[in-house]
Amino acid sequence: MKLTIERAALLRSLGHVQRVVERRNTIPILSNVLLKAKGDELALTATDMDLEIVETVAAEVARAGAATAPAHTLYDIVRKLPDGSQVEIDGGDGGMITLRSGRSQFKLGCLPVEDFPQMSGTDVSHSFTVAAGDLRTLIDRSRFAISTEETRYYLNGIYLHAAKARTGGSDIPVLRAVATDGHRLARVEMPLPAGAEGIPGVIVPRKTVGEIRNLIDEAASGIEVAMSETKIRFTLDGITLTSKLIDGTYPDYERVIPTGNDKILEVDAKAFAAAVDRVATISTEKSRAVKLSLDRGSVVLSATSPEAGSAQEEIEVSYDAGPLEIGFNSRYLLDITQQIEGDGARFAMADPASPTVVRDVADPSALYLLMPMRV
Amino acid sequence: MGSGAPIPTGPGLCRDCGAAVPGDGAGRCAACGGRRVVRHPELGALAIAHMDCDAFYASIEKRDDPTLVDRPVIVGGGRRGVVAACCYLARLYGVRSAMPMFKALRACPHAVVVRPDMAKYATVGRAIRAMMLDVTPLVEPIALDEAFMDLSGTEAVNGGTPAATLARLAMRIEREVGITVSIGLSYNKFLAKVASDLDKPRGYSVVGQADAPAFLARQPVGLIWGVGPALRRRLAGDGVHLIGDLLPIGEREMAARYGAMGRRLFHFARGEDGRRVTPHDDPKSVSAETTFDGDVAAADELVRRLWPLCETVARRLKAKDLAAGGVVVKLKTADFRTVTRSRRLTDPTQIADVILEAARPLVERAADGTPYRLIGVGTDQLVDGLAADPPDLFDERRERRVAVDRAVDDLRARLGAGAVRLGRGLPR
Repeated sequence: MKLTIERAALLRSLGHVQRVVERRNTIPILSNVLLKAKGDELALTATDMDLEIVETVAAEVARAGAATAPAHTLYDIVRKLPDGSQVEIDGGDGGMITLRSGRSQFKLGCLPVEDFPQMSGTDVSHSFTVAAGDLRTLIDRSRFAISTEETRYYLNGIYLHAAKARTGGSDIPVLRAVATDGHRLARVEMPLPAGAEGIPGVIVPRKTVGEIRNLIDEAASGIEVAMSETKIRFTLDGITLTSKLIDGTYPDYERVIPTGNDKILEVDAKAFAAAVDRVATISTEKSRAVKLSLDRGSVVLSATSPEAGSAQEEIEVSYDAGPLEIGFNSRYLLDITQQIEGDGARFAMADPASPTVVRDVADPSALYLLMPMRV
Repeated sequence: MGSGAPIPTGPGLCRDCGAAVPGDGAGRCAACGGRRVVRHPELGALAIAHMDCDAFYASIEKRDDPTLVDRPVIVGGGRRGVVAACCYLARLYGVRSAMPMFKALRACPHAVVVRPDMAKYATVGRAIRAMMLDVTPLVEPIALDEAFMDLSGTEAVNGGTPAATLARLAMRIEREVGITVSIGLSYNKFLAKVASDLDKPRGYSVVGQADAPAFLARQPVGLIWGVGPALRRRLAGDGVHLIGDLLPIGEREMAARYGAMGRRLFHFARGEDGRRVTPHDDPKSVSAETTFDGDVAAADELVRRLWPLCETVARRLKAKDLAAGGVVVKLKTADFRTVTRSRRLTDPTQIADVILEAARPLVERAADGTPYRLIGVGTDQLVDGLAADPPDLFDERRERRVAVDRAVDDLRARLGAGAVRLGRGLPR
């Protein structure tokens, strides 16, 4: 294998693929990136066995072939090369590859190409295209609620599925993303893209969600999504991200979303978030509890900590129901209010021990559920 | 006054009623007629105290079972156990704390051996600590049954000198808790601790600025905290037997000979100790452990042994109103190597079942056939009890678990700790 490539193009692609490579690996080959030169393209592949990324980039290929090289080292080298330089990659046959640029030369140890694990092909059952912006919204508004708890591994991702949203008496088919850690839940939806009818409900792992989210910002056009029962594949701008899905049953989340909460609080989302943030400065690092004392037209936010002291702030709100004291984790409150782009956030509460529903007054596509804390 | 204490002169204090007893020499308290009058020239000026319960565990057992009162009592357990505590009667036969049980029983075959009930002792210890905190916020616990107290500036609040307040506190503990304590009063921690040991049990010893040097000079160096058998042998080799033997040696020379300990000895020998009485911070961990009668290697047996410990830890967490953010499993191999494995919990807990479920995989991973002699479970990253076991949108099992736990606690509170035992805690 021998090829020449622009440093900027190589750096950009390596930047994408090296993120998939875990810093610590018990299987040495997983630390490497697979380089494949053919025609006038270089294909770079990285995998952690659950998630595989392949990116194709234009290169001048003098001799077709393949090699593997340590991903992080290669990325660090290319990152430090001067702007605008050309990089020549040579070898892969004698157990080493040589990288030359200007007067710099690096020799890196390779591992056999045959050892590089290939993710088996997917029998795609459904494929559809989503606009980059729509997918970004779907992810941003749900991923914060993904659980990290190992025992309930099926909560360690976003549950993506087709559903029906009831608006004005008619059912509209939607693509839904749901994430929860048991303390809060996010349910975000967008109109169901053509081709996504009847897709299976899938749980996309947290790492995959993070990787696709990183790539979206650079995506010029739509993103192609292909699914099977066990895998999901995202294709955009010469990059293919293939991921295993979490093999588990997502809990029946609709069951826990209350519909009869009648204590309605409306706040200016930004002002509320700022006040929560201020008051939470006092709440203990580990509990982060903030108490909301609601009464007609106002809410008093307060926090106390045996070490730090206490904080209190009153804000004017729209609230007509009877007095209520309810506590929340301030970080969870902020996570949710930050997702609200409109001015107003609406909290629908029942009592200090039951889930509270939070919505954007101006945007019905997202619904958040928040479990109160004892305060 | 114990051996070597100065002849009682100066202002006096009745230990039975806390009243001041004027005049010199012996004599009864004018107020209550009590005979136990403590006198010391500096009695009104000293404020640092060390209070130590007398044969704590054994005293509690005697309190709770009057038939034990005139019999030697050893608190401890198991064939491989050690003496956790022994009463003064047992001590007459040579029984000592930390002595292996078989040795203790050889020395005193007719002793009554009582299994320790740590929860009971902790409750008593807490009650005593609360009484100490009633007279000063500066209480530095050393153990369940022992603490330093700084009573400086409490005269107005307590309506009397520190000396009088301590006498009343000792009386209150006797009256309300039913066990006796010994008090050492001095001007620093080192001397207070030394003093409390002089007149045990039910003692009250005072060491003042003026009498400290002469008093110390007559004492063996082993009296100083930190001088163990090894250092004592070394000091003896250098001709130092009594604390007074240290006085001719300069500070530099002491440091050169015995390092940091040497410097400490130099100051202690002169009755100097700059350490303050500092109330402890919040506990960093809550734990329980047990030593097996015979070594255990099987995972399921280890887990079974872990369960009562988890219950103990959960009970202690609840008692302190704390919730555990992490679980630590400790195992000691037959050859005394300690293995610890820890893991963070997703949510803070107070529930034994949750602690066990977190600990189980840690134990199973460590159970590779290695024989273990001890197992323990600890919890750390402690947070406020309010944060314990938050409700979960999907985990109804947890809510049920919390409800069961509350019900069990309730029954135990009404009917006693042994009233309810979960099936897995029953012997096979």
